[in-house]
Amino acid sequence: MLSADERREIEAEIPRYPQRQAACIDALKIVQRRRGWISDESLRDIAELLGMTLDELDAVATFYNLIYRHPVGRHVILLCNSVSCWIVGYSRLREHLRRRLGIDFGETTPDRRFTLLPIVCLGACDHAPVLMIDQDLHRDLDPAGLERVLESYR
Amino acid sequence: MATIYVDDRPCRVDPQQNLLHVCLSLGFNLPYFCWHPALGSVGACRQCAVKLFRDAHDRRGKLVMACMTPVADGARISLADPDALAFRAGIIEGMMHNHPHDCPVCDEGGECHLQDMTVMTGHDYRRYSFPKRTFRNQYLGPLVNHEMNRCIQCYRCVRFYREYAGGRDFNVFGIRNLVYFGRYQDGVLENEFAGNLDEVCPTGVFTDATHKRHYTRKWDLQFAPSICIHCGVGCNLSPGERYGLLRRIVNRYHQDLNSYFLCDRGRYGYEFVNSESRLRQARLGIAAGKWQSLAAQPAAAWLGKLLAAGDVIGIGSPRASLEANYALRLAVGPRRFFAGVSDVELRLLRLAADLLRRQPAPTLREMESADAVLVLGEDVTNTAPRMALSLRQAVRQQPLAELEPLKIPVWLDHAAREAAQERRGPFYIATPAATRLDDIAAETWHAAPGELARLGFAVARVLDESAPAVADLPPPVQALAGRIAAALSSARRPLVVSGLACRSAALLEASANIALALRRSRQDHARLAIAVPEANSLGLALLDPRPLSEAAGAEALIVLENDLYRRASASWVDELLAGERRLIALDCLEHPTTRRASLVLPAAAWSEDEGTFVNYEGRAQRYFAACPPPGEIQSSWRWLRDAMREAGREAAAGWQSLDDLLAGLARDLPALAPVLNAAPPADFRMAGARIPRQPHRYSGRTAILANLDVSEPPPPPDPDSPLAYSMEGNPDQPPAALLPFAWAPGWNSYQAWNKFQEEIYGPLRGGNPGVLLLAPEPRPAGDFFRNVPPPLAGRDGEWLLLPLYHIFGSEMLSRYAPAIRQLSPAPYLALSAADAGSLGLHAGENVALWLDGRAITLSLKIRPDLPPGCAGVPAGLEALPALELPAWSRIERGHG
Ligand code: SF4
Ligand code: SF4
Ligand code: FES
Ligand code: FES
Repeated sequence: MLSADERREIEAEIPRYPQRQAACIDALKIVQRRRGWISDESLRDIAELLGMTLDELDAVATFYNLIYRHPVGRHVILLCNSVSCWIVGYSRLREHLRRRLGIDFGETTPDRRFTLLPIVCLGACDHAPVLMIDQDLHRDLDPAGLERVLESYR
Repeated sequence: MATIYVDDRPCRVDPQQNLLHVCLSLGFNLPYFCWHPALGSVGACRQCAVKLFRDAHDRRGKLVMACMTPVADGARISLADPDALAFRAGIIEGMMHNHPHDCPVCDEGGECHLQDMTVMTGHDYRRYSFPKRTFRNQYLGPLVNHEMNRCIQCYRCVRFYREYAGGRDFNVFGIRNLVYFGRYQDGVLENEFAGNLDEVCPTGVFTDATHKRHYTRKWDLQFAPSICIHCGVGCNLSPGERYGLLRRIVNRYHQDLNSYFLCDRGRYGYEFVNSESRLRQARLGIAAGKWQSLAAQPAAAWLGKLLAAGDVIGIGSPRASLEANYALRLAVGPRRFFAGVSDVELRLLRLAADLLRRQPAPTLREMESADAVLVLGEDVTNTAPRMALSLRQAVRQQPLAELEPLKIPVWLDHAAREAAQERRGPFYIATPAATRLDDIAAETWHAAPGELARLGFAVARVLDESAPAVADLPPPVQALAGRIAAALSSARRPLVVSGLACRSAALLEASANIALALRRSRQDHARLAIAVPEANSLGLALLDPRPLSEAAGAEALIVLENDLYRRASASWVDELLAGERRLIALDCLEHPTTRRASLVLPAAAWSEDEGTFVNYEGRAQRYFAACPPPGEIQSSWRWLRDAMREAGREAAAGWQSLDDLLAGLARDLPALAPVLNAAPPADFRMAGARIPRQPHRYSGRTAILANLDVSEPPPPPDPDSPLAYSMEGNPDQPPAALLPFAWAPGWNSYQAWNKFQEEIYGPLRGGNPGVLLLAPEPRPAGDFFRNVPPPLAGRDGEWLLLPLYHIFGSEMLSRYAPAIRQLSPAPYLALSAADAGSLGLHAGENVALWLDGRAITLSLKIRPDLPPGCAGVPAGLEALPALELPAWSRIERGHG
């Protein structure tokens, strides 16, 4: 069930669009912000609220790679693997994460601390390689720098 | 017309179209995937690339997508340009990366557009040697099979299912190379037109799940030009047979009717032909439940003797051909020929025919272009399904008209849909209960049939002062009538749709009044469509049968392709058959009437038979046999001819072929003589040769019967048509009425229809098949009907019981098809929540329905959409007795 707050926030988005359904991306983001991901149950609740079928809402949800249809860890690492980062060696960061956290793309640490996902260009090519953790961009990383960054996410 | 230059060749083309459309119309082989003649262009696949040049001197040009580029007068394009060729080959190569290359085990193989396009572009060697993505397939129900790995992401399926057919339980999921087309979770596809995915999908993702159980490649099937037998729309289709089994149905293009799409009842109902309940042998009843089989000759002689004795009546059938009904009428005499439908239905059919004589019915294509629609009384999706798919397109007309200033062509599908957003043209639905078109309606209103008729009369009255007034109309209904009238009168092509579902003459009359009022105010394009229940309902009515209730008294009774227990109450039928009376039943399936017959004659099923059906427009269309009837089975008219021969009846004794019968019919009933032109006669030849029913690659011809005889038998003769049960014959395009299947060099899939049309999505070469039998009389004025029904007076403790129609379940023949049976509802009684509450009843409970002093126990279903005081039962289910509805009934708590 959607919480009263979630419901209120979603309802507030609806009037900004010509059709109710158009608020679906906002709704998915609102629920994900609170719960970390979109479960089948959340999907059902949002679809009902917006007058959509599950097929319609899940088509939107699965299109966006930042809407999570699986549970994620407390912190999500978005590692850029687009051209610039690839050229300057994003793979060393990936390797480091694999060694330190034991996870590769699409995986979550057993303690649910981190989930690692690939992402397309973060628009910070001049500081490649880069990654994002939650809302924070971390630039010019090498394995040692990454190690320090990880420390601050518990 | 515009002139464009295709590889320097000047061509005259339609200036309103895109380059792909006109190139295909010109006959060029230009590959494509995402474009579809009925769905338009979206530019998703990039397969249709051509070179476009600035002028005659430009030799470099640029690549454009032909489907996305409007025709411009003087444009110069090249299909053969090396860059274009390389680009198109590259696109295929890219699409094939993830394709499993499993053609040998794919049901699409041999008629696959992806195969054809791959060959056409010359991509013949796979360079990609990495892992492919793989998907889990879904269970989509008993009709459609799913194999997602074959997908090339053309998006046709979602566009058809969601945008064209209005389905909401299907979509595209994911992104990048993990795009998935299916449902949120496994389950039966809900849309009544889901089966079209078989043909819309250019690969083998969606295939016919019923065909899979008795699969045969297209090239090994024997086809016939046929007409659907499962409702009165008259869709054209191609049944395919092998080894005596009917294996599947595919769409057969008809511009005015089904175009590229069928409903699922029509596509999957065919398996009744293969049913265990087929009657295969003539048999004589010797005692209750005891039979003795009979050879054909003595069986005919038995009937001949009765005919000679004279005291025989005949009951015709709305699902038997015009020819079979006529043969029966001749055998028993016109005064002894009775309608095989209820009296009410016959009266309504006559009324429908009269209305067609006033004004022609719209074709389905015309319905698509209606810009304001009123549906009065008919649950079209469940009674005339394909018509509903056309009506769904009508709401796009007004928004499309608004596109003109934006200069967005109609074929530019997503731009057009984006511009229109959710705007829809006026569409009003007034029916007893919710329908599957309600989602596109501006307003819906649910009421008892008489109330609906009153609304209709009121609409006509608003439109025209000289139409009769409706007394005591509640103000909200009057206001609704005003809104409907305003919408219809401001439209350019207003359309009223009604039908026989409510069994109400007042409804038809009200609909006719609206159409008349519109025409009197110079809306010349106003149209009235009346859905009729069965494939030959109108054909039966045109033979002028007497009402069924008057059938009585004779020594013997011939029932043609009909189960009387579906047409009248069991007590009435029992009485009709009581005593020493002989019942002779001709049919293809066992049913309660054949079980009671003294003599049963096994009749050819429609796919083994040739004849004429008359559809809702009064269009006579000929259907042909996909294979000859097996064994002792023969056409009903041949059984009747044999019996007449035995009885020494001159007129019919000489009938050797369907044409002989038709000649007699035309002499006897000159008004029906145009039926001769429904298709060319049996002696029609193309360059001296017959038209082959089999593709030229038909395999195993010499081996098929080798277990019986090593020398190959000659193909079975076909005296009734110019078609041959053979792969031999003239390979050219026959007249459209005789076209058994679509195939053209390089085009093995259904997309080959391109090659048979005068213009893409236009008429088939040689004209659209069928002839209209009910040409309007020269001065089509007509008067307003004046019998406005009084307001419905509710009855204390009684409910008005209404028929609720089901696309799967309400039609008899398709119920014998296992997949359709699986989707048919169990019997139920429906009440609104309030009415159920007033009786203290809950959903799922057993209730007793009292009709004519007898109770039927049914499970209760709550239908919030039912009007107060009304109850509903599923129409036509065999588990329920035949009920003449609407009728008043009592409802009580049931037992157990
Ligand atoms: S499933 Fe078929 S129709 Fe749908 S996108 Fe894939 S190839 Fe196209
Ligand atoms: S609409 Fe009627 S005629 Fe057409 S395919 Fe369906 S059942 Fe057959
Ligand atoms: S490629 Fe990584 S930030 Fe642009
Ligand atoms: S057919 Fe033109 S892009 Fe697909």
